[in-house]
Amino acid sequence: MPESSAFAPQFASIPHRDHTAELGMWVFIATEVLLFGGLILAYFVYRHVFPQGFAEGSRHTEIVIGTANTAVLLTSSFLVAWAVEIFSPDTVRIVTWLLVGAACLGLVFIALKGIEYSKEYDEHLVPGIDFQFAGPLAHGVQLFFVFYFIATAIHALHMLIGICLLITLAVICRKAPTTRHHTALHSAALYWHFVDVVWIFLFALIYLPGRSSS
Amino acid sequence: MSDKNYLTTDYTLKSWFLTTDHKRIAILYFASLIFFFFIGGAAATAIRIELATPQADLVSSDVYNRLFTMHGIIMVWFFLIPSIPNTLGNFIVPLMIGARDLAFPRLNLMSWYIFMLGGCTTLFAIVAGGVDTGWTFYTPFSTLYSNSYVIVAAAGVFIAGFSSILTGLNFIVTIHRLRAPGLTWYRLPLFLWSLYATSVILVLATPVLAITLLLIATERFFGVGIFDPGIGGDPLLFQHLFWFYSHPAVYIMILPGMGVINELISCYSRKQVFGYKFVAWASLAIAAIGFLVWGHHMFVSGQSLIASLVFSFMSFIVAVPSAIKVFNWTATLHKGSIHFDAPMLYALAFIGLFTIGGLTGLFLACLAFDVHATDTYFVVAHFHYIMVGGMVTAYFGGLHYWWPKITGRLYSEYWARTAAVLIFFGFNLTFFPQFILGAEGMPRRYHVYPPEFQVWNVLSSGGAAILAVAYLMPLFYLGYSAFFGRRATANPWNAPGLEWQTSSPPPEFNFTTQPVVTRAPYQYNEDFQAEPQNA
Repeated sequence: MPESSAFAPQFASIPHRDHTAELGMWVFIATEVLLFGGLILAYFVYRHVFPQGFAEGSRHTEIVIGTANTAVLLTSSFLVAWAVEIFSPDTVRIVTWLLVGAACLGLVFIALKGIEYSKEYDEHLVPGIDFQFAGPLAHGVQLFFVFYFIATAIHALHMLIGICLLITLAVICRKAPTTRHHTALHSAALYWHFVDVVWIFLFALIYLPGRSSS
Repeated sequence: MSDKNYLTTDYTLKSWFLTTDHKRIAILYFASLIFFFFIGGAAATAIRIELATPQADLVSSDVYNRLFTMHGIIMVWFFLIPSIPNTLGNFIVPLMIGARDLAFPRLNLMSWYIFMLGGCTTLFAIVAGGVDTGWTFYTPFSTLYSNSYVIVAAAGVFIAGFSSILTGLNFIVTIHRLRAPGLTWYRLPLFLWSLYATSVILVLATPVLAITLLLIATERFFGVGIFDPGIGGDPLLFQHLFWFYSHPAVYIMILPGMGVINELISCYSRKQVFGYKFVAWASLAIAAIGFLVWGHHMFVSGQSLIASLVFSFMSFIVAVPSAIKVFNWTATLHKGSIHFDAPMLYALAFIGLFTIGGLTGLFLACLAFDVHATDTYFVVAHFHYIMVGGMVTAYFGGLHYWWPKITGRLYSEYWARTAAVLIFFGFNLTFFPQFILGAEGMPRRYHVYPPEFQVWNVLSSGGAAILAVAYLMPLFYLGYSAFFGRRATANPWNAPGLEWQTSSPPPEFNFTTQPVVTRAPYQYNEDFQAEPQNA
């Protein structure tokens, strides 16, 4: 692969630079794990305090959309992994289309999320804006939806950043693919898979409690 | 002497504000930190003037609340946490490991801009009306009752957190990947071990603070309960999440200080650091155990007794690696060829003040005593001994030690020693009386108090006046030296570290040829040649 002459002087060689970049992404993912970890910890604490409220809240989520979104996201992760795997100057066209496809699936995810949000709004389930829920479980259900909205909103924000990354890389890779772009693509892919993994955890925490018993 | 160095490569404003050179970014941080230090210091001055008399003569209770909150927020997040890592660390890390720059230079610059954005947001909160929650933002006060700019201030801290994370990330990757040939982990200067441990805390603890602040802002903005007990939320959960960051944050402040002290002690006693490996691993041990002690901030909050016992035990344990360091510094001094230069005076002051701070920390780790001392001036004195007596003193020591490398000039040794002694004296006079005040029961955060506490408060305020003068002095003699000081040689202290192998100030990419390391660190010989300028 051709390599541009502009080269960061702090590195001894191109592989040195690429491994360093990759380590940077792993450390960044470590910090992201703690970000979602704090949130998930708080979720668990309140679920422990209000088990029935959380189960009830969970039964009011849209499991069809949630499941569809899981499938969409896993597929897009697969496309990204495929693009990383086959990246070379000869496969630029395919790589570009794979990335565009993954980004589009990301947008589908966001769109489905929007539909889900509007349904919940119609059912008066948005705390702080329009929340109406009667009965003894109201406190628990409200806390559940507070965490539901915060967690999914932060996740969606990460998705948007990821979509921008994938589209940018699709554009750059098209022009003059180098090992540098392969590293950038690999790092972006790590990020995208991380966002995917977070969703799998959120899916299990949000949609599944309370579904098995009824 | 080479004619082009990092300061003279270009003089335009653009070359400073768009630089990716770690040394220039360190200078940018340095300038911003001086600014924040004096804002935080001004608030402290107002607090100490108010407390000189038992009545409320100067400010109302509301203004007083806003003053100590501003002092805390600015000093903790915009001075203490970024001070050594972002200025000295940014400057020295690549030099010490023989690299040409940090691993991610553009990320480094971005982190300064994020830091400034966070700082300006917080300053806006202060100008717009201030915050009265205390720097800890305790719920439900901060979410329900506080009538102030909590969201804006929290947003400022939230933003600054990203800057911390990016700096920590940059250091971890740089230390892993960019070490010069031959520079194995056990040949790494101890300053780098401590910065590595600090970076691990920055990367793993800061995001938890970020999510906590986000939850506070959500609760306040949307009026939904997360920490509000009224709808089933738990204010204690806030304290758990907050201190999960903020206790390790204390080690973010003190660990780099300890790292600096290793360099100073060995240089000015011309000896290898005693027990190098123990000191190195003690840094990592402090970082690791530091994550397990946050609950000692909550002994009287109503958490379970078992939890309190466990946290009390862990807090005692964290004293072990800290003590290892102190004993190893004193062992390094033993039979050393000791030179009482200004950085050494700062280092010795650090050891004394840190030891007092650390030992009183053990008092507070003890459950029974903590119940008595919670929210009194005893706690205030304790953490100022660690954070100001320890961290700020180490920062000044490091600044003087590396000053010739940073600016290429020597400062006035006479004034530097005077300032060091004044800081030590003023500091003790300010904060030692506060131990007595606390033990006698004066609560923190009150601006009126019974007249019998006045003697100690007057002593404390008098000490603060000396301390204020002593902190202003370096501004003048270092400022003078930066422009008119005598030229420094590449290695004025005759030290063996890699950062002294290049010219002072260093050229743009640090080294003209890649250095190769063949020896263990701190291989000092006796012939010390520093500071002939007073002759």
